[in-house]
Amino acid sequence: MATAPQGFRFGNFVASLIWLILWILIIVALVALPVIFIILFYLPLPPVNGEVLTPYLFLSMMVDPTRTLPIVKFLIHTELFKVAVFPGFTFAALFAAVTIFVERKFLAKMQLRVGPLYCGKIEGILQLAADGLKLISKEIIIPSGADKPIFWTAPIAFVATAAAVVALIPVAPGWVAANVNVGLIAVFAILGFFPLIALLFSWASNSKYPFLGGLRALHQMIAFEIPFFLSGLSVVVLAGSLNLTNIVNAQHPFWFIFFLPISAFVFFISSLAELERIPFDLPEAESEIVAGWLTETSGMIYGLIQLGSYVKVYALSALFVILFLGGWAGPQIFPKELGPSNTTIPLLQLLTLQGFYNSITVNAIFWFTLKTFGIIMLMLLPRGINPRIRIDILLHTGWYKLIVLTFINMFIALALIYGGILGPGGLLTAH
Amino acid sequence: MEKNLQGQIDDSTKLGMQIVKESEDDRLMTLSVGPQHPGSGHFRFVVTVDGDYIVHCDPDPGYVHRGEEKMCEYRNFIQNIPHLERPVIHDSANITYSYSLAVEELVGIEVPRRGQFIRAIASELDRQVYTLYWLAIYGIFLGHSTMFMWPTGDRELFIDLLDALTGARVTHAFNIPGGVRNDIPYGFKDKCLRHIAYFEKRLKEYEDIFYNNPLMRQRTEGVGILTKEDAIKLGVTGSVLRASGVPYDIRKAEPYDIYNEIDFKVQYMKSGDSFARAYVPLLDMRESCQIMRQLIDKMPDSGEVRAKLQPTPKGPPGEAYRRVESGRGALGYYIVSDGTPKPYRVKISVGSFRNLIALPHLLVGSKLGDMPSVYWSLNYWPVEADR
Repeated sequence: MATAPQGFRFGNFVASLIWLILWILIIVALVALPVIFIILFYLPLPPVNGEVLTPYLFLSMMVDPTRTLPIVKFLIHTELFKVAVFPGFTFAALFAAVTIFVERKFLAKMQLRVGPLYCGKIEGILQLAADGLKLISKEIIIPSGADKPIFWTAPIAFVATAAAVVALIPVAPGWVAANVNVGLIAVFAILGFFPLIALLFSWASNSKYPFLGGLRALHQMIAFEIPFFLSGLSVVVLAGSLNLTNIVNAQHPFWFIFFLPISAFVFFISSLAELERIPFDLPEAESEIVAGWLTETSGMIYGLIQLGSYVKVYALSALFVILFLGGWAGPQIFPKELGPSNTTIPLLQLLTLQGFYNSITVNAIFWFTLKTFGIIMLMLLPRGINPRIRIDILLHTGWYKLIVLTFINMFIALALIYGGILGPGGLLTAH
Repeated sequence: MEKNLQGQIDDSTKLGMQIVKESEDDRLMTLSVGPQHPGSGHFRFVVTVDGDYIVHCDPDPGYVHRGEEKMCEYRNFIQNIPHLERPVIHDSANITYSYSLAVEELVGIEVPRRGQFIRAIASELDRQVYTLYWLAIYGIFLGHSTMFMWPTGDRELFIDLLDALTGARVTHAFNIPGGVRNDIPYGFKDKCLRHIAYFEKRLKEYEDIFYNNPLMRQRTEGVGILTKEDAIKLGVTGSVLRASGVPYDIRKAEPYDIYNEIDFKVQYMKSGDSFARAYVPLLDMRESCQIMRQLIDKMPDSGEVRAKLQPTPKGPPGEAYRRVESGRGALGYYIVSDGTPKPYRVKISVGSFRNLIALPHLLVGSKLGDMPSVYWSLNYWPVEADR
């Protein structure tokens, strides 16, 4: 398949990149740096490496390579960084962006199409940015008679709730925004907000199709939440803890998917239903009820809900990896040091990320990302091969079949514990 | 119990509160599906739902009425061709086929044998194009996006052939009174056979991904059952009739042109549900491939393709009614001529409108989620029904 548009020249592409970088440098030098300087002047800065940070010192550290690493190291261990950037929202949003792009290309290949092609010159990689800009520039239309405060807050609440799930997900040992002892219950508790938001938004839209869609969302999510919780319960029985980090550590020699395949299957199906993805996209069934509870959304309200739902895709895939696929466990493939240790050459120190690079963490992040992405691909697959299911079959599946299946696997888990195969002092437990 | 409720209402009124008494009407909600709705298109039906069940359905066609029948009275027989194919642009060879047959009967001309074959090939190709388009929309109505993309893509096979044959991708005004516009191009037969062979492989894949999909079966089997008696009583036609267990095909029942020389079976199913109505078109497509092979095989190698005809043909005063099997069922033209070059009255009898009659009958009692699958399985083309 042709991947580059007609009239594409690599030289022009490189030239445009260089121009872009030049402009970014100019803007950074003329605007960003003075702004940072002004802001830092008024902020009380903490001591780093025994020195009290002043704006001047901060800038000199940014320019001097040898002194950059300590400040970066200091920054990435702040709580704000964890919440806002790395295991938190930005990481999840990046994952969501990659998911959207991969979904479009992957689905296109399945359906003998090419997918996004022109935007961003190579394979349409900037299509998402273009769509985002389009959504931002569009007018937000609020139907007359809508409950305005709820109509405005619901999309933001949707993203915030999705981000709250992400905060509980550990991606590497110690790398979690909120390490709580009731992690799994907290995740399920936060997921319980989604049907409420859908119903509130559909009610606030003051329209018939959103109302039908909201009711469907409510029915669907409640029907699938119980098998969802129960499939997580058998993992808790085996791990003996609700803390997500402890659950990962409990899967040391053998992942739980080997003991609990039925639970994993039920968890996967229920998370598809929870995410309103095909074949469970009834709340947004476009041929029956227009766009379901999203019918009256427009502009960035729609964009926010889409962002939230893709962040949710990441969160639930990550949860699947943590519960069944051993989290970040995987063979160590990264070297202990990136270069010769204890060099005194500043540039080499910077390049080898000395004192900052941790091979175990990087390895954990790598395996976690890889597994999560695999699960996301599995979640995208049904969209290409399945039609939409009907509401009565859906409820029947949720209430009758999946709950029975989870019970079967829970008894298996209990038998493994009482049979002395797993659990404290078990045959297969790591000592 | 009644008294208690009334007593409660009275008590609450004293306290300044209000209890709303639940009546039958409170449960019902009226939805206007269309004309701007992804599940209808150029067409509206008002459904009343009780929860998820449809209790009443009221079809409201007529949004794309263009007065084709009246327009026919102001143009002569040849000029009528381009606008008559507009109602179903995907099936334009068939919609002009029966018109040409009726005009030929009025004017009294015989189509050359080679012309008859080419005509039949064009109409079979157009039947495939229409059925694939219909199948694509049926796929997206069930939420199956791959089934939307595949038939729309494979439709290009036949559109390519028609492009080579007629010079236009759609609306090719090819079947005209007296025969066809032009002879087949060089290499057309081989290309046609090649495309048919590829398409038959694709039909197997359609079955694998769509018709044998358990979720699709769950959604469509036993839904909107139209019994054999009801089908005959309501006068439905085409694939809807055949899905209800009546093996009736105009090509077999009253063969036109060279169809009596072609050996083919009328495909039908007995269940009469939504699945059968979706599956019969696939069987038809498979049979149509066989018909095309025979047509190409039996076609005379040379000869005229069009009878000699004056530019404005006219016949003696009289009337003619001829019909063909289109992608949606029997498609007939009733033409009255008063001896002038223009028809006195033209009446088009289309399959779509006949099948629409079954819609309220099938929708009442089914669920709202079944609405798209039942509606589109009726092989209803709104633009054709409105004419």
